[in-house]
Amino acid sequence: MVWNTILLAVREMRRNVMRSVLTILGIVIGVAAVITMVTIGGGATAQVGQQIASMGSNLLMVSPGKRLGPGLSAGNIPFKQADVEAVVKNISSVAAAAPVSSQSVKVIFGNQNWSSLVTGSDNQYFRVTNRFIKSGRQFTESELRGGIAVCIIGETVRKQLFGGQDPLGERIRLQNFSCEVVGLLEEKGQSTMGMDQDDIVVVPLSAYQRRISGNQDVGLIQVSVRQGASTEKVQRDLELLMRERRHLSPSDENNFHVMDMKEIAKMLTGTTQLLTALLSAVAAVSLLVGGIGIMNIMLVSVTERTREIGVRLAIGALENEVLMQFLVEAVVLSSFGGLIGIALALTASVWLTEMLRVPFVFNAGIVIIAFLFSAAVGVIFGYFPAVKAARLDPIEALRHE
Amino acid sequence: MKTGDSYQVELQTEHLLINFAGVAKVYGQGQAAMEALRGIDLSIHEGEFVAVMGPSGSGKSTCLNILGCLDMPTSGTYTFRGIDVGQLTRKQRALLRRHYLGFVFQGYNLLNRTSALENVELPLIYRRTTAGARRERALHALEMVGLRGWESHTPGELSGGQQQRVAIARAIVTEPAVLLADEPTGNLDTARSREIMDLLSALNRDQGISIIMVTHESDMAAYAKRVIRFLDGLVESDEQNGRAT
Repeated sequence: MVWNTILLAVREMRRNVMRSVLTILGIVIGVAAVITMVTIGGGATAQVGQQIASMGSNLLMVSPGKRLGPGLSAGNIPFKQADVEAVVKNISSVAAAAPVSSQSVKVIFGNQNWSSLVTGSDNQYFRVTNRFIKSGRQFTESELRGGIAVCIIGETVRKQLFGGQDPLGERIRLQNFSCEVVGLLEEKGQSTMGMDQDDIVVVPLSAYQRRISGNQDVGLIQVSVRQGASTEKVQRDLELLMRERRHLSPSDENNFHVMDMKEIAKMLTGTTQLLTALLSAVAAVSLLVGGIGIMNIMLVSVTERTREIGVRLAIGALENEVLMQFLVEAVVLSSFGGLIGIALALTASVWLTEMLRVPFVFNAGIVIIAFLFSAAVGVIFGYFPAVKAARLDPIEALRHE
Repeated sequence: MKTGDSYQVELQTEHLLINFAGVAKVYGQGQAAMEALRGIDLSIHEGEFVAVMGPSGSGKSTCLNILGCLDMPTSGTYTFRGIDVGQLTRKQRALLRRHYLGFVFQGYNLLNRTSALENVELPLIYRRTTAGARRERALHALEMVGLRGWESHTPGELSGGQQQRVAIARAIVTEPAVLLADEPTGNLDTARSREIMDLLSALNRDQGISIIMVTHESDMAAYAKRVIRFLDGLVESDEQNGRAT
C-alpha cells in the first residue's frame, strides 16, 4: 500500500519536473537556512568555548579606572610593580600575578617592518595567560632585573619579519633600541574579542618601562586564581587589597576595576547562542512559508488534475487512496526538498565556516530535526488539498474541463 | 479466458450480470426536481454487447453512471451478479469498480506525459499487482488493442484512435466482468471509429467481455448484439440486433 502510493507520487513528480522543483524551492531554502544558521552559530559558540579553555584557569584582570576601555581618564592612578608583589603576597588563593604594560610599536628586522603590540612583563605572564615557549627560553632573572634588551615574539611577528628564517639570536628594532630574540611563543590564534594573540612582542617589564614608556607604571595586573579556589572570593580580596593600597575611604568608589575574564567569555557565549537562536527562528519562518508554497501548488495541482482524479476514482481508487496519494506526494516533495536543503546547508556551512574562520561543528540533531520538520510540513500543508481531492465526486470530476 | 461454450454454461449457473428493477433517478428537489430515469426494468446477461442509444437528456448517461456504480438510484434496485448495489458503502462500490468494471470515456482521459504502458498499469497498481506481473499484463493488453511497440509513447505522441486504444487497454487489463463505454467513438472520424468498434466486437467475441456502450450513432450501435433506446427517462425499445452472432 505505502510502497504503491510512493510509486504513484514519484511518477507524478517525474511527470512535472519543473513544477516539482518550484514547489520544493521554499522548503529547500528554509531547511538550508536553518541548518546553516545553527551550524555556524554552533561553530562560533565552540570557538568561544575553545578560547575560554585556552585563556588559562580563572583569569582576573585588574585595571586602573572604573572600567577597562580605550580612553582611561587622566586622574587614574596607575599600578606599580609593588602592587603586583602585594597581590601575590597577601592573597593566598592567587597562583600567579603578572604586570602587563603594552603599547603598539613598529618592529623592524632588516628591511621588514611590522606594527605589533609590545608588552612589558615577566615570566609570570606566560603562566597567567597559559602560554608556552615553543623554542628558545624564558627571561633570566638578571635580564628581568637589569632591563636587558631581549624579547620573546609571537608567531605572527615571526612570520611577518623573518619568513622562513630562524629568529632566535637575531636582533630586531623596537622604536629606538634593538633587542635580541630569545624565545618564540606557541601559537594561540584569535582572542574572544577577535584580536590576534600571536601578534605580540614580550620584553622584560623594566626594559619596557625604561626604553618605551619612560615611567614606572604598570598598565594592568593579570591574576590567575589557584585551581579549586573561588574566583569570586579572590575578586573580593583583590578589591579590598587595592582599596587599602590606594587609600580609599569607605565612601569612595573603586578607582580600579577587577574583571573576571571567564565571566566575559560566558557572556559572549550567551550572546552568540542567543543570536544563533534568533537567526534560526527567522530561518524557521521561511520553512513555514515554504510549507504554504507547497499547499498552494498542491491546491492548484488538485484543480488541474480533477479529471485525472475522476479517472482514478472511476477505475476503483478508494477515497483513502486518493487522499494518501496526494498526501504522500506532498510529503515526498517536501522531504525531497528537505534532503536537498540539507545537502545545500552542509556545503554552505563548510564554505562559510572556513570563510569566517570558525570551526565546523556538525550538528546531527538539527539535521534530523530539519528533515522531520520538512516532512511534517508536507503532512500539514498537504492534508487540506488531499482531502479536497479525495472528496471529489467522480462524475463531476470526469466532466470537469 | 471464456470461450463461447463456457459462457453458455455460466449463463445457466450464475446470476444475471445486471438487473435493474424500477430504477429511478431524480436530480434536485421540489419544483426544480428533474427526473432523469423514471423507473426502468432491465437485465443484461454475461457476455452481451449492448448499445444504449437515445437523444441527449433521455437518461442514457445517468443510466451508465448508475451501471458504473458512480451514481446511486433514487429508488429501485440495481443488482450486479446477485449483489444489491444499493446496500453497498461508497468504499465497497469503489472495490466493485476496481474488480469488475472497466471504463472507456469519450475524452480518453489518459494521464498526460505518462507512457501508454504506465497508463495501462494504473488500475493494476490499485489492485496491488506486483511490478513484474503488472508490466506483463499491461503489455499483453496493449498487444490486444494492436499497440505493440507503442508502449513508451505518451498520449501527446499518439493519435486520437491510438489514445482510445490505450484507454481500452487500460479498461480491459484487469479482465473486468463488464466494460462500460461512454461514446467511445465520439471524438473520432469514421475510419478510426470503425477500427475501435471492430476492436470492441473482437474483445466481446474472443475474450467474452460484456460491453455496455452509450452512443448516438446508429452506425456504431450496429456493431452491438442488442440495442436499447432511451427516451425521456424510459426504455423506448429493446431489441436484438439482426447482425449479431
